[in-house]
Parts: sequence; structure tokens; C-alpha cells
Amino acid sequence: MHELALTRKMVQTAVETARGRRVVQVDLQVGELSGVSAEAVEFCFAACTQGTELDGAKLVITRIAGEGRCGACGKVFPVGPFNMVEGCCPGAFVQILRGEELVLSSLVLETP
Amino acid sequence: MCATCGCSGHLPPADGQTENSHSHDHEHPHDHGYPHDHEHSHDHEHRHPHNEAHSHEHSKPPQHSHPAFSHAHSHQTTPTVERVAVEQHLLLENDLLARENRARLSGREVYTINLMSAPGAGKTSLLVRIVKELNLPTAVLEGDQESSLDADRIREVHVPVFQINTGTGCHLDANMVKHGILHLAPGFGSVLFVENVGNLVCPSLFDLGEHLRVVLFSVTEGADKPLKYPHMFRRADMVVFTKLDLLPYVEFDMDKAKTWVSAARPGVAIHETSVRSGAGLNELLSDLRRRFDQFRTEAARFV
Repeated sequence: MHELALTRKMVQTAVETARGRRVVQVDLQVGELSGVSAEAVEFCFAACTQGTELDGAKLVITRIAGEGRCGACGKVFPVGPFNMVEGCCPGAFVQILRGEELVLSSLVLETP
Repeated sequence: MCATCGCSGHLPPADGQTENSHSHDHEHPHDHGYPHDHEHSHDHEHRHPHNEAHSHEHSKPPQHSHPAFSHAHSHQTTPTVERVAVEQHLLLENDLLARENRARLSGREVYTINLMSAPGAGKTSLLVRIVKELNLPTAVLEGDQESSLDADRIREVHVPVFQINTGTGCHLDANMVKHGILHLAPGFGSVLFVENVGNLVCPSLFDLGEHLRVVLFSVTEGADKPLKYPHMFRRADMVVFTKLDLLPYVEFDMDKAKTWVSAARPGVAIHETSVRSGAGLNELLSDLRRRFDQFRTEAARFV
């Protein structure tokens, strides 16, 4: 459950950014190849936000599809967790272009 | 009664509030001798906290006051909000600490190796053999959820060891390793082994500040592990197959396993070992010594 550690980190970052203001919404980007389960983050969110400025805030997760480039032929193609290893050319390293995001993109805060 | 003209042509609204916008007609005689209509209307806006009584004046009479909590006019009750951009990767702090660790370790020419695998792949057994036979000054950071059993096994071979218990945590992070390094204080020009928590998922995400990432892969596991846990294998610098002595007793397709390992991480160094039979250990030890020498040569260039 590395999601628990990461959700805690996200809440900490949000609290630091909010500086005492109430957080209404948290916008998070989770890439499909980030190795992080968005469902697990959602599960941890309620527990991690209790008693903080984020209590009751809405968590909006944007999932970002994976995209990679074949190291052999240069073709860009959609990459999911199950074809990260075997690209279009056998034995070629797949360079990941998108999908490894794990970014707290923005917060919606009450104005003071 | 209208204070403007004295007429009684309008009544206060039913909710008891004095209306704050009104118009009315009335007739009365003037000295110019013909009847006509007067008309006036006004409206006003004001804002104030809800919990206090207040009074205000209009530009035209009548004057009135509002009691607390009983307004007829509307206030905006939903709080105003604003969106604030953060754009921060959640692993940023870990990655910064990892860089700090790497700089600290490189400065002291401490070659640091992060050992990762599924639970029970033989990390500690291999580590005990390596530190005994490497013939280099070594130190070990042990990561486990609970207990100091692994650290005790390392201590038996007289190698400095520090146990990190992650509690409920499933991986080591750069902050834990930072404290471990400060506590252990590995000597100048040594090799530091960091035995991660047995887990093929979480540890792959956390850079600790190591110089070499080694993934152990025992032949009692499925050959398709690199397909199931691509994150771990994609970031490996070396894959060490373990428990080779058990190959005759298990169904393990070594060729397929190697193909998938190389697909996940082309060019990755591969070793096939058995602690019990001693197979492949010399090759592994000399590879580690060669990498250590190369590391120190490169480290010296930056001094």
C-alpha cells in the first residue's frame, strides 16, 4: 500500500498550500503507468483528510493514458501496464512518453 | 403611512419587513390646481455579517432597521472559492532526498546497492554470502516491517548493520535511508547494501539514492514475473536469479524468464546463482568488485 504513503504526502502538500483555508476540491493526475492505483488513493483519501483542512473535500482524479515510443522503430503507440515490456519490435526498450504522472495539479480553496 | 407624502396607500410586507424598494401613486391637490401623479422608486444593496443587528439609512426616507437573522433580501450564502495551481509530483520530496543521499554517499565514495525482490527470494541469504566473500569494507541497511531477524543474521558475520522497521510501510523511502546512513556512517570507500522490504511493487517507485538497483528473481517464482511487475524490472540495473539448485524440482523456463527480463530492461546485467551450491557467486562477486572500482574511479574525477 504505497498509496497510503503517497496520499499522506498529497494531503500534507495540500495543507501546506492551503495555509489554513478550507480545501473544497483536490485535483490529482494519476498516470496508468505510475504504479499507483487511483482506487486505492480514493480509499485512503477519506482517512487521511480527517481533521485537516481537506476534511470533506472532493477528490477529482484524472487518469492519464500511457503512451510510449518503440526504441527500435520509433513508432509511438498506446501503452498499458500489460504491454510496457513487449513493444512492437521484439527486444526493444519502450520509452514511456506519458502515463507515469502522479501529480497534485491544483486545489480549490475557499477565499478568505 | 408613507413618510414621503403622508398617504396610507401601502402596507408593510407580510413578513414584517420594511420593504426597501417601493413605488406608489397618490393624489393630492396642489396650488396649481390640477391633479397629477408623483412616482418614486429606489432600491439598494448592502452586505453585512449575518449575526449582528444593524441599521442603515436610505437616501430617501423612511428609515428603518433590520433585526438580526431576519432578512428578506437575499445574500450570497455559498462561499467563494478559487483554484490554486500546485503542479507537484507526489514523489518530489522523496526524489530530492534521494539525490541528497546519493550526493552524500558519492562524496564518501560509498557504493550503494538497493536489493529488491519478492518476499522469500533469498535476499538475506545472498547478502550474508556476499558480505563475507566480497573482500571489501561493507555495511548493511536492513529494511523490514518488523523484527531485527535479518539484521541479526548480518551481525553474525561481523558487518555493521542498521535495522529500519517500516511498521505498516511496505517499502523503504529516501528519508528512512537518510536516517539509516547518518546512524550507520559507512566508511570512506565502502560498499553499502540496502536490503529493501520484500515486495515487487512499492519499492520500485522510491529512489533511495542508490547507485545500483538489483532485483532478485528466484526460480521458485513464475518466469512471467517481469510481465506482471514491469515497474520493478524496468528500473533494474542487475537481475540476479537465485536458488538455481532447485531448478530440477520446479517448472521454471529460464530462457523465457531471461527474454522477459531483457525486454523489460534491455542490456540489464543478469546473473544466475545459488547460495547453497555456490553456483554463479564468483561471477557475481567479481562483477560487483568491477563496478565498485569503476564507481571510485569516476567519483575521483569529480573531486
